[in-house]
Amino acid sequence: MSVWIAIVVTAVGCYLLKYAGLAAPRRLLDHPAVRRFAMTVPVALLAALIALQAVAPDGPVELDGARLAGMGAAVAALVLRAPFLVVVVAAAGTTALLRAAGLG
Amino acid sequence: MSGVAFGTASVAAGLTVAQTCALSLLAFTGASQFALVGVIAGGGDLVAGTIGALLLGGRNTLYGLRLADLLGARRGLGRAVAAHGVIDETTAITLAQSNERDARTAFTATFATLFLAWNATTLVGAVATGYVGDTAAFGLDTVGPAIFLALLWPRLREGGRERVVAALGAGIALLCTPFLPSGVPVLVAGLAALAGLVGPAAPAAPATVDPEERP
Repeated sequence: MSVWIAIVVTAVGCYLLKYAGLAAPRRLLDHPAVRRFAMTVPVALLAALIALQAVAPDGPVELDGARLAGMGAAVAALVLRAPFLVVVVAAAGTTALLRAAGLG
Repeated sequence: MSGVAFGTASVAAGLTVAQTCALSLLAFTGASQFALVGVIAGGGDLVAGTIGALLLGGRNTLYGLRLADLLGARRGLGRAVAAHGVIDETTAITLAQSNERDARTAFTATFATLFLAWNATTLVGAVATGYVGDTAAFGLDTVGPAIFLALLWPRLREGGRERVVAALGAGIALLCTPFLPSGVPVLVAGLAALAGLVGPAAPAAPATVDPEERP
């Protein structure tokens, strides 16, 4: 499966998911379990993506000090209610600085 | 603005500028785009990456269900165009309006503004990152997980249930990753959402996009 096919399938699928909401019968929302499950799935997926990309980006777990410190900086920025871009720059900047200093 | 982060993450993951911009134009839903690109960055299975992106895109269906009332007059082409704009931000701002007319105006204005900004900043981030040789030296491998953390953070503030699901999801993924192709552990981790069904009903929507908090 080429990257372009993945892009097209993702794009078409994401569009159809959006369209389905506008066109679907509203009764679906009346099922609390359906709704709760659908709102909770992203929490599980995002947490899994964070864990894997932070400590196991290539498959097996391999801790990288500079990357972990960058994630720590992201947490600190979020606790301080920093805007989105500040969080990302703080994370990448911390990792980059530690690597430039030969640490981590 | 955050399109810069996506453009950067996508090109650092090995996608071309054209592929990166195609995703922002055609998928136009941040978390799904980041998910697909993140799996590609890990050299992962494209099928699993695509399924992960679609699972994350599923919440837009719920937003659409809520917005259908407000944008309900639209049919045919109008509805087909509006559908592309059903994302976190437009839903939050549209549902915050006090009457239907304001809501429709807010939806159109937010959709148009965000669509232009997201695609322009994606292009800037993608092109700029193309000039960076060693992406690790710039800490770009930390961009992806930091973005996901920023997306997840508001949900973690909501309460214990979200935190349990998040911890379970992360744990399941890390346990699976030595044994499964890249991308698949994320899908298995989706099972952690079942834990969210246990216990008494609670507000299940994110605070910033709570469909019930329409004033």
